[in-house]
Amino acid sequence: MSDVAVVGFAQAPNVRRTEGTTNGVEMLVPIFAEVFEQTGLSKKDIGFWCSGSSDYLAGRAFSFISAVDATGAFPPIHESHVEMDAAWALYEAWLKIRMGEVDTALVYGFGKSSAGQLRRVLALQLDPYLVAPLWPDSVSIAAIQARLGLDSGLWSEKDLAEVAARNRGVDVEGLLDAQYLADPLRAHDVAPITDGAAVIILASAERAKEFAARPALITGIEHRVDTPVLGARDLTRALSAEAAARAAGADGVEVAELHAPFTHQELILRSALGLGDQVRVNPSGGALAANPMFAAGLARIGEAAREIFAGHANRVLAHATSGPALQQNLVAVMEGLD
Amino acid sequence: MLSAPLEVGFDYTRSLGPVLGRFVNGLRERRIEGVRGADGRVHVPPVEYDPVTAAPLTEFVPVADEGTVVSWSWMSEPLEGQPLSRPFAWALIKLDGADTPMLHAVDAGSPGQIHSGLRVRVRWADELVGHIRDIAYFVPVGAPDGIAPEPPPVAKREEGAPVSIVITPVHLHYQHSASPEESRYLKGLADGKLIGQRCPACEKVYIPPRGACPVDGVPTAEEIELPDTGIVTTFCIVNVPFLGQRIKPPYVAAYILLDGADIAFLHLVLGCEASEVRMGMRVRAAWKPREDWWTSLENIDHFEPTGEPDAPYESFAHHL
Repeated sequence: MSDVAVVGFAQAPNVRRTEGTTNGVEMLVPIFAEVFEQTGLSKKDIGFWCSGSSDYLAGRAFSFISAVDATGAFPPIHESHVEMDAAWALYEAWLKIRMGEVDTALVYGFGKSSAGQLRRVLALQLDPYLVAPLWPDSVSIAAIQARLGLDSGLWSEKDLAEVAARNRGVDVEGLLDAQYLADPLRAHDVAPITDGAAVIILASAERAKEFAARPALITGIEHRVDTPVLGARDLTRALSAEAAARAAGADGVEVAELHAPFTHQELILRSALGLGDQVRVNPSGGALAANPMFAAGLARIGEAAREIFAGHANRVLAHATSGPALQQNLVAVMEGLD
Repeated sequence: MLSAPLEVGFDYTRSLGPVLGRFVNGLRERRIEGVRGADGRVHVPPVEYDPVTAAPLTEFVPVADEGTVVSWSWMSEPLEGQPLSRPFAWALIKLDGADTPMLHAVDAGSPGQIHSGLRVRVRWADELVGHIRDIAYFVPVGAPDGIAPEPPPVAKREEGAPVSIVITPVHLHYQHSASPEESRYLKGLADGKLIGQRCPACEKVYIPPRGACPVDGVPTAEEIELPDTGIVTTFCIVNVPFLGQRIKPPYVAAYILLDGADIAFLHLVLGCEASEVRMGMRVRAAWKPREDWWTSLENIDHFEPTGEPDAPYESFAHHL
């Protein structure tokens, strides 16, 4: 089976609110052009297209169909979509190349989080019988998770502020003076609401050097999921992230891009993925700097690959999450293909 | 650019299996039952399949309507649909007799009055209908009930039959934005104009114009005002009544290709018998009175035959 490498990455400006439509076209057209420029590829060269987005975010059925226009999908293309973060679309594209069906793939994700009320929309990813009818919002659930760690001494509010300061590039002094947003979380503990999009081009290892000077070869990519029953798992850990990291072979990475939309979740992930102090975590600022829904996980893979493109690292890890309180986790490990 | 509120609402109606059905019917009698998992833990609310092994679970275990707060967060500005409209705590609550906690609301008054380890009890809804919201919320043990919200809607069932369906109304609110190209098109309609745009790459004329030409993936650019005449490319006769239908069947829904456009759009053809509509038939827009115009293609009430000779099939075959 063919190995697979990331050969190109681009992302739209991460903004609090775009004037554009929820179908992402205005965000996608420029970044497709950018990633084609990077790789020297054109749409005719792409063997498979896969995207991640959500109708709930857009408030429209089949909202991803309009986004397909941005790909110039006529004559018909080989295309698929996941109603998940586009990191999982990348997993599907990775499989297509592994199976030898295609040797290039373009993966994109987009979300206009500002169109609706994000924390309320996200309540609808919960069990629809007995939990979602109460409308528990995403921030409140994360705050309950954060308190479990505070109560058991796994972390302190100061630890959380330090995570925020590092990712957001601000001074930790004074952060703890702020009022709670959702006690025990403050605004700095919670990812911003972001509109954005990201795109990655994958190629088989055999062809990757045609499109990038230093491709990021995917040496392992795995995803696992924990029970949706919030009370039935230890929320201070992420067992599915631990399992994914074990299966993907996460040892010895120099850089890790973590999809942690809440400060305490970065601490859970550092522990789950076995990241020591020597690992550079989130040089991009991670999801706490910008959290475009359905693209932020894919962007972690892109940002980690960029460390390899630039020669800043030789072995990197990228993580993506989905669901409430780190329920589902994907881990990708990449190495420079010299 | 144009934008407008978009309200999306639906009453989700879900049938319950034997596990969740038994749970909600118990709630109607102020009874809470959990289920024993493969590892012996009692899960509340009950789960149909074991969270670890996925084995089907069938051993029900009654638990108390009083328990202990395991963790909590404070909701200072409650959101629409949540159990309380006054500030409250979300909490994981382990009921006495259960091994796993359940997520629900606690009417604690202020964050100073709740802590992990606090003893709480169920505040039952005033009317029990067989829904998770029969547990209106929790209150600290010894605290008064407070005022509970209205119960959710209930599905019709035979007299005396157990609850087998739960209804959950979902209402979401969006601000929907039209693209720059759609905005120019919609503003044109408000003035009685049909504005298309030409793709700079393939030179096809799109109406409505697009943020990206589906062939070339680039925004359409050059603006072109199109006439309100064209042809029927293909059509169907609607014979089936459906919810929200505004015209009495039979009537014709057709793809209309305006003169000078390269893409057809769907509209109505009236003004003749449905059986007289043909592929290639020449049609003209029948506009609503000017005072009813707004930023909508509804300004054209329908298209009707002009009586001109039909367009030859070869002239529109590539649009089918």
